[in-house]
Amino acid sequence: MGAKEENGDGEMDQTVKKYLRGEAANLEGLQDKKLKGQLAIREELYGKSAKAAAKIEKWLLPSEGGYLEAEGIEKTWRIKQESIAREVDILSLRNQYDIVLPELGPYTLDFTPNGRYMAAAGCKGHLAIVDMKTLSLKKEIQVRETVRDVVYLHNELFFAAAQKKYPYIYNRDGTELHCLKEHGAVSRLQFLKNHFLLASINKFGQLHYQDVTMGEMVGNFRTGSGRTDAMQVNPFNGVVALGHSSGTVTMWKPTSAAPLVKMLCHPGPVSSLAFHPNGHLMATSGKEKKIKIWDLRKFEVIQTLSGHAKTLNFSQKGLLAAGTGSFVQILGDFSGSQNYSRYMSHSIAKGYQVGKVLFRPYEDVLGIGHSMGWSSILIPGSGEPNFDSWVANPFETSKQRREKEVHSLLDKLPPETIMLDPTKVGTVRPARKKEKPTKEEREAEMEAAVEAAKDSDIKRKTKGRNKPSKRAKKRKEIIDRAKRPFLEQQVEEQETFRKKQKTNMETEMPKSLQRFVRQKAT
Amino acid sequence: MKVKVISRSTDEFTRERSQDLQRVFRNFDPSLRTQEKAVEYVRALNAAKLDKIFARPFIGAMDGHRDSIKCMAKNPSYLKGIFSGSDDGDIRLWDIASRRTVCQFPGHQSAVQGLTVSTDGSILVSCGSDCTVRLWNVPGATRADSDNLSDNSAKALAVYVWKNAFRAVDHQWDGDLFATAGAQVDIWNHNRSQPVNTFDWGTDTTISIRFNPGEPNILATSANDRSITLYDLRMSSPARKVIMRTKANSIAWNPMEPMNFTVANEDCNCYSYDARKLDEAKCVHKDHVSAVMDIDFSPTGREFVTGSYDRTVRIFQYNGGHSREIYHTKRMQRVFCVKYSSDASYVISGTDDTNLRLWKAKASEQLGVVLPREKKKHEYLEAVKNRYKHLPEVKRIVRHRHLPKPIYKAANLRRTMIEAERRKEQRRKAHSAPGSVVTESIRKRRIIKEVE
Repeated sequence: MGAKEENGDGEMDQTVKKYLRGEAANLEGLQDKKLKGQLAIREELYGKSAKAAAKIEKWLLPSEGGYLEAEGIEKTWRIKQESIAREVDILSLRNQYDIVLPELGPYTLDFTPNGRYMAAAGCKGHLAIVDMKTLSLKKEIQVRETVRDVVYLHNELFFAAAQKKYPYIYNRDGTELHCLKEHGAVSRLQFLKNHFLLASINKFGQLHYQDVTMGEMVGNFRTGSGRTDAMQVNPFNGVVALGHSSGTVTMWKPTSAAPLVKMLCHPGPVSSLAFHPNGHLMATSGKEKKIKIWDLRKFEVIQTLSGHAKTLNFSQKGLLAAGTGSFVQILGDFSGSQNYSRYMSHSIAKGYQVGKVLFRPYEDVLGIGHSMGWSSILIPGSGEPNFDSWVANPFETSKQRREKEVHSLLDKLPPETIMLDPTKVGTVRPARKKEKPTKEEREAEMEAAVEAAKDSDIKRKTKGRNKPSKRAKKRKEIIDRAKRPFLEQQVEEQETFRKKQKTNMETEMPKSLQRFVRQKAT
Repeated sequence: MKVKVISRSTDEFTRERSQDLQRVFRNFDPSLRTQEKAVEYVRALNAAKLDKIFARPFIGAMDGHRDSIKCMAKNPSYLKGIFSGSDDGDIRLWDIASRRTVCQFPGHQSAVQGLTVSTDGSILVSCGSDCTVRLWNVPGATRADSDNLSDNSAKALAVYVWKNAFRAVDHQWDGDLFATAGAQVDIWNHNRSQPVNTFDWGTDTTISIRFNPGEPNILATSANDRSITLYDLRMSSPARKVIMRTKANSIAWNPMEPMNFTVANEDCNCYSYDARKLDEAKCVHKDHVSAVMDIDFSPTGREFVTGSYDRTVRIFQYNGGHSREIYHTKRMQRVFCVKYSSDASYVISGTDDTNLRLWKAKASEQLGVVLPREKKKHEYLEAVKNRYKHLPEVKRIVRHRHLPKPIYKAANLRRTMIEAERRKEQRRKAHSAPGSVVTESIRKRRIIKEVE
């Protein structure tokens, strides 16, 4: 009984740690007693609230997660969808289906954040909106143009489709709302939910960020690496990652024209990438038949798996789906040590080419968009069983949706809050030591001062005092005056350098000559 | 093979009837919420801005007196009423809700210097420069609420004439003695026409007097010789005295921590003391630019309000060095008395321009009945604003107050003078032998000596 309690305590400690969100502040070094007292009270409150949240997680959550356990000599990755279908209830069976639409081209999918609606886009111009709860087709339109990508905006009312020449924004009724001409011929679209930014990468390798609330173009950058099809948003910190044909992955934020990070991931082109929801893991796949899992805190490879992957996706619970050809493999990390191993696999009919795999939020379902339509399969243990109504509610009513929209607009983050480490907001920037300007900087400053002096206008004197020789002398005097402080600084530095050398020399002299060394006045 | 898939039945997660409330499910996992700190920061910024938008502290002015208002008194058993006395001997009882005079108490021949109400709220005691102490019957609550708001006047219950003009009066919190301050400190009983006891320590007039809320026999007075004296009624001689560099215009005891009191001093600062340790001030509250005339604590004991000769009313935290709020109006002239209402929601100021002004204690507070959801939202916004109020953008908005130009300039001037003084002191210290020049802490600096 005691051991069980201890084990339970260990687990509770882990969950409490999760809710504490980092280390407690170190109050030892504080001199201000009042502040120390106030902070100590706050730390105590944080501890209490973390414990309460851990207890709620243990006892009060309504649903439990899914699982798949193999018995005997069975292996989980040999279990087929049909055998799962036999064991599972009717309601979940509805989530397992194949939709065959052979004429309209490879399909890509996107889900709304609460997993309720799905937008499917076929390359030949077919756009469809499906309500996943009732599995009914809400709306379908034919735009008669190539559609390369589709993405939902903040809720099911709006979605953006990357069509042949420009991306368009549509309503849930299929009405075209906006034509975004500045983006150009977009190959991939992504939506940053907290910031209401639509990011796109186009044929020429230009990255555009547009604020969909006001329509303002927030950023417009040339990546310099050409066309790419691998683009993902890291949900943890809002940076957009692009995988290029040179094998590098670059990460961007809307306020800087240079990428935040440039890392060489593969010897060949990067075919796809995916981010784990906790923001620390990234999976990339290259054309050399390798899938690499990176730790983003240290930018190091944790694991290399072999296999092609045209598309990658992480689920809410950390399962990784890799799709290539007509085969989809799901990998899971079961030992907790970030070691991904085979969990499940699924082959769709031969000849069908998998275009996109996407896990459905809050459900144990994987959506596969392929060349002949789309399918949906059951992956137990991939979705988060307990949703928070204030974050994403699969059972949302229209009133709740409207309220949520207003609240999320009020909480819209400015684009400057996108950074590699989002926990830095509100912390104190460490004091930078004042560095001495380098020699080149000083020379640049001197030149700038001289230029400024040269530009200044000299008053022309009257009454016969305006001789050219005098004017030239005056100009020279002004330039010398501008140069003087820099030259004085140089002279001072040379003197101090010489003095240092001298003292060094003195200490290096042999013992017999020490009495001739000049003694510095103490 | 054991398999389980997430399957949610719609009935469990949606409401049964349309009259039911919508069901809300919570999962506090931090991984579901991305960029929480940035979202909190944006909410703090918006909360600070909303606070400023809704900050309308001035409620109204109570007009009626014909001369400047020198003193006010709160009724401990009736929230809605406040008494005020002016320089022409006019005492009025006001109904704060309708901001009208309920009753007038004519009788004093010259300025009314002090007002106080007995513990049960039935007797009003007033003292004035005409050397009289008058006791009045406070009209009952029903009378105050009645529609008949014509100038009712009441007759005095008793008039006691004594030797010198009086400067202040205060009633015990839990007893039936009251004390007057003037040339000496007198202790009176309601029924006796002569003081029961007299204290006389020092040669100068006593200008303010306050009984301790926790210990009914202890009182504090301040005199024109810059001293603050503590008396105990059970002993025949005064207890302790501390002499400062400038005189204290008013004293207030902290109702929640009765051993601490704060004095409003002539040198623009307020000093908080612990009555057991008078050699050092507990806290110095600096922000006024002219003499602080009156001070009153909130019933929560966490804040106090001060009124100053520089035409502003400021609210300080009980342990804060600077004011949290400043109230001023173009029409408000020298503030002579302030009171914090007994429900800690309002502040009343009595000024030179014959008006009593009613202000909200929290400038952006929503008055009236607040629904529980609204209350929770306000509390959340307050908490998130306090979490990020040290960051520059939020701080700029939270700290911003419009100051009238003379006060702004006077504050700058004071700052320059104090900075110059401090710099000179530092240079003297730096250029003299170490240990020869001793800097006194600000909490001790203004005290000359403590006398037993």
